Amino acid sequence: MAPPANRRSGFSRRAQYSTFFQYTAGVLGAVVGLGLLVVSMVNPNAFSALRGAASDLTESPAQATAGGRRAGKDFMAEIGGFFLSGREHARLERELAEAKVRIARAQATETENRRLKQLLDLREDDGRPVAYARLVSSTGASTRRFATLGAGTDKGVVKGMPVRSPMGLVGRVLEVGMSSARVLLITDTESIVPVRRARDGVPAFAQGHGDGTIRIRLVNLGLNPLRKGDVMVTSGSGGLYRPGTPLAVITELLRDGAMARVLSNPSDTDYVVVERAWAPPPPPPPAEPAPGSE
Amino acid sequence: MPLLSGNDTVVKQRINRKPSRTIAGGVPWLTVMLGSLAPGWVLIASAPVLPPLGFLMFIAWRQLRPGLMPMWAGLPLGLFDDLFSGSPFGTAVLLWSLSTIVLDHVETRLPWRNFLTEWLVAIGLIVAYIVLCLGVSNIAGACAPLNVIVPQIVISVIIYPLVGRFVALMDRLRLTPFVVMR
Repeated sequence: MAPPANRRSGFSRRAQYSTFFQYTAGVLGAVVGLGLLVVSMVNPNAFSALRGAASDLTESPAQATAGGRRAGKDFMAEIGGFFLSGREHARLERELAEAKVRIARAQATETENRRLKQLLDLREDDGRPVAYARLVSSTGASTRRFATLGAGTDKGVVKGMPVRSPMGLVGRVLEVGMSSARVLLITDTESIVPVRRARDGVPAFAQGHGDGTIRIRLVNLGLNPLRKGDVMVTSGSGGLYRPGTPLAVITELLRDGAMARVLSNPSDTDYVVVERAWAPPPPPPPAEPAPGSE
Repeated sequence: MPLLSGNDTVVKQRINRKPSRTIAGGVPWLTVMLGSLAPGWVLIASAPVLPPLGFLMFIAWRQLRPGLMPMWAGLPLGLFDDLFSGSPFGTAVLLWSLSTIVLDHVETRLPWRNFLTEWLVAIGLIVAYIVLCLGVSNIAGACAPLNVIVPQIVISVIIYPLVGRFVALMDRLRLTPFVVMR
């Protein structure tokens, strides 16, 4: 390709000045960017209102693309299902027969649980969801893992609420706009969730690794009790996440923990549930000293 | 005859027309902004796999038409990108402005260009941009390792010529004469 037009300004004052101001404006842009960056690092919430307004404005096209995404996935699933339907049907019938027996047993356990809780005078907190909404967009080109939720203050979403899908925990609400909210996904490196092993309650922390997997860090160091295939669920310690929400399956063991795969892949979930932030029950009052013991 | 008459209609469409001033000026800005929005809509990604399309478009426009967007174009376009990219606010403003200056400098040094040199220059800018974005968000609180962005870099580098083709198409569209002159 030929070189662009001659850039030399020559003796023309006007040309010299315009070149100079062009470069000055370019450098000024970089300086402004540096200033904004410093402000946003010192105070990460400084521009949350601006971001909220922007995601509110682009929410309707994002909803449309989310619908398109869903339709595309359904189409592929239907083609796949055509080939696999016979085998799937047989498997599902077998599983259904097993599940019917299990559900009867579970109902019995649940009744007994309720009776025992009544005996102990424990109260069930309100576990009803706040809103059902779609994850409409995400930051696919960034190393941070945020998603935009198609519900905001109009549906009662408040900062800090956990977000889950039927499969498991998805993340928590970070910023709320009028009709959209920003969700920090559990695969982000800044997200740390207290978890325990579903089977026996080995405590650990689940931190995002940035590439779609999760790093499990054990609280008790020493012998690593984890095994491949263990399911980690939220433990609810510290509040926020309701205990018992499934989170990840361990795929690879490390010296002081494990790598795990997320159970509810956000790209497969259509609708998610926003729950109320969970607060741990207050500790029981201290036992009163027997009169006359002092 | 249909061929000739077809040509005739093209001539009839083109003659006494000029490109619209708003479209000629606005298309580059619009495509870059659309490029900033698009990666978020494609899928709910659980890893950084999509190319930063806004930045790729920006570079492609600057390489195709160096003087079309002013030197300060990185400021408003970067601001728009920052609203949706997920990096700390200001990252794109800083890096897009810097890349404009760097690209301008390279162009004065390498006046004669071809496909390969343009791609190589763009590869340098893309790799630097993605790595610096990771660095900035790591300083701001994240702690993602470097190997997370390798797929994204590879995809961005490979997709860049396609983005260049798209930008060239948009450039033709931009300069299509259809407004009737008086």
